[in-house]
Amino acid sequence: MATTGNLTAAPLAARPIVSPVTWLRIAIIAAIVVIWEIVAASGWLFRDVVPSLTKIGRQLFLILTHPDFALQVDVGLGNFRLAFDLMIPEFYRHLWVTMAEVATATAVGGLAGLVIGLVLGANPFLSRAFERFLYYLGPTPKIIFFPIMIMWFGVGPGSKVAMGTISCFFPVALTAAAGMRQIEDVLIRVGRSFRASTWQMVTKIYLPAMRQPIVNGVRLGMGVAVIGTLLAETKLSNRGVGFLIINAYSTFDMPRMYALLILLFVVAIGANALVARASRG
Amino acid sequence: MMARALIVRQVVPFLFGIACFGVLVVLIEFLIKTGLINRFIVPLPSEIWHSFGRIIVEEDVPSRFLLTCTEALVASLLLSVVGITLGVLLHRITLLRLATETWIAAMASAPLVLMYPLFLVIFGRSAWTIIMIGFVAALPPVILKTLEGLAGTRQVLINVGRSFKLTPSQLYWKIFFPAALPNIFVGVRLGMIFALINIVGVEFLINFGGLGQLVNELAERYDLPGTYAAICFVILVSVVFFIVTERIEQWLRPGT
Repeated sequence: MATTGNLTAAPLAARPIVSPVTWLRIAIIAAIVVIWEIVAASGWLFRDVVPSLTKIGRQLFLILTHPDFALQVDVGLGNFRLAFDLMIPEFYRHLWVTMAEVATATAVGGLAGLVIGLVLGANPFLSRAFERFLYYLGPTPKIIFFPIMIMWFGVGPGSKVAMGTISCFFPVALTAAAGMRQIEDVLIRVGRSFRASTWQMVTKIYLPAMRQPIVNGVRLGMGVAVIGTLLAETKLSNRGVGFLIINAYSTFDMPRMYALLILLFVVAIGANALVARASRG
Repeated sequence: MMARALIVRQVVPFLFGIACFGVLVVLIEFLIKTGLINRFIVPLPSEIWHSFGRIIVEEDVPSRFLLTCTEALVASLLLSVVGITLGVLLHRITLLRLATETWIAAMASAPLVLMYPLFLVIFGRSAWTIIMIGFVAALPPVILKTLEGLAGTRQVLINVGRSFKLTPSQLYWKIFFPAALPNIFVGVRLGMIFALINIVGVEFLINFGGLGQLVNELAERYDLPGTYAAICFVILVSVVFFIVTERIEQWLRPGT
């Protein structure tokens, strides 16, 4: 017993509290911060092109906490009615707009992609006839369709949702078609032997067997829908996070622009990680 | 018999797909002419077809095409040099790899192209903004694939190299690099595609440069057939670029 205790105690005692990997990460971050601050204070670049981190931090705090937008709340229940202005940071209103656009785009583009992917995956003839179009159109720069989307859906949120939808459609359709082809034949034969209808085959066999490819496709699709929607917002919009970023650029408010970009990356990477975790769970 | 089966299996569906596309174009032409589709929103496909010649001559498409290609080429060269070098560095220094690999993977999923206003501030409204956005947005896959290729080198090959008492430098150039080359090319190809997408996208957004700017300018002039023709041209360029790089990849990775 005592021997066992000694054997296990020795490596535990030798193990450092902070691993070398963590030390290196801290060192890299510290080096970046120091270089950043030196460049910010040096005057080598135009003023505020590289603003001090304290300025960016202050803007980050203001964006997230300073209440500069009056949200009109109007709640009614029977004869009782409550109406008042709730002051909130404007960022949340824009974030809400962008999130709603991305969610709609992912839903519409994802659903359309799923249906087309199922059809192409189930029918080899149609797959050979049309899948090459999807495969080759997938990697084209979708933002160039934006002028067409403006003409079709106007300058409001519709054109941004359309941009996100186009972006999301291709990865979902291609992964759904590939996923459909990977379903084991035995599962399909079991479904047919039970004389399942097309709808039953889709809901009881195809979709459960394709869970992982579909989630991967939606994850990819959501990522590109975020990019498509936000780029469209930076080009022509008066709301959304993309609009806030390009507005900060137009007024040369660099600390605000950096802060918004940081927030945007945190939200985008967080959403991606969330979907990845959901797919594993 | 085999040839006939191949025709039925491959050529017939291909022709069916092309025929469906043709029917769709004719149907759109018909619907526009009958007024069911507003011609001020969707121009006649025949007008788009005739606009190709006009925009190629009047809008100087060859020089714009050359400019976009040059931007993509410079970004690709930067990508290849920096991306592969960083991949090799991370492979050689394990501690650095453990510390930064997850960051690079996170960068790959971040919408880096949205940093274009920042690049506009740093590089101005110039070709360098476009090149640098293309480069930065496409860098993570090149690093990750280089790393994957080098780490996946078969142990037997490394042992053979060591049995010949190769120096570390020789081991890299004679064993690791050739073994990792197909994977590295996959990364470079992915990077080049990302770079091209971002370059054309940023050209469109900042209204500067080659083909992306052409689409933006024609749209701002409300030259509908020209806009649609320019978009078709950009799609054609992307598809050709994609097919060419795909063929090179297949040549480098036979059997995949």
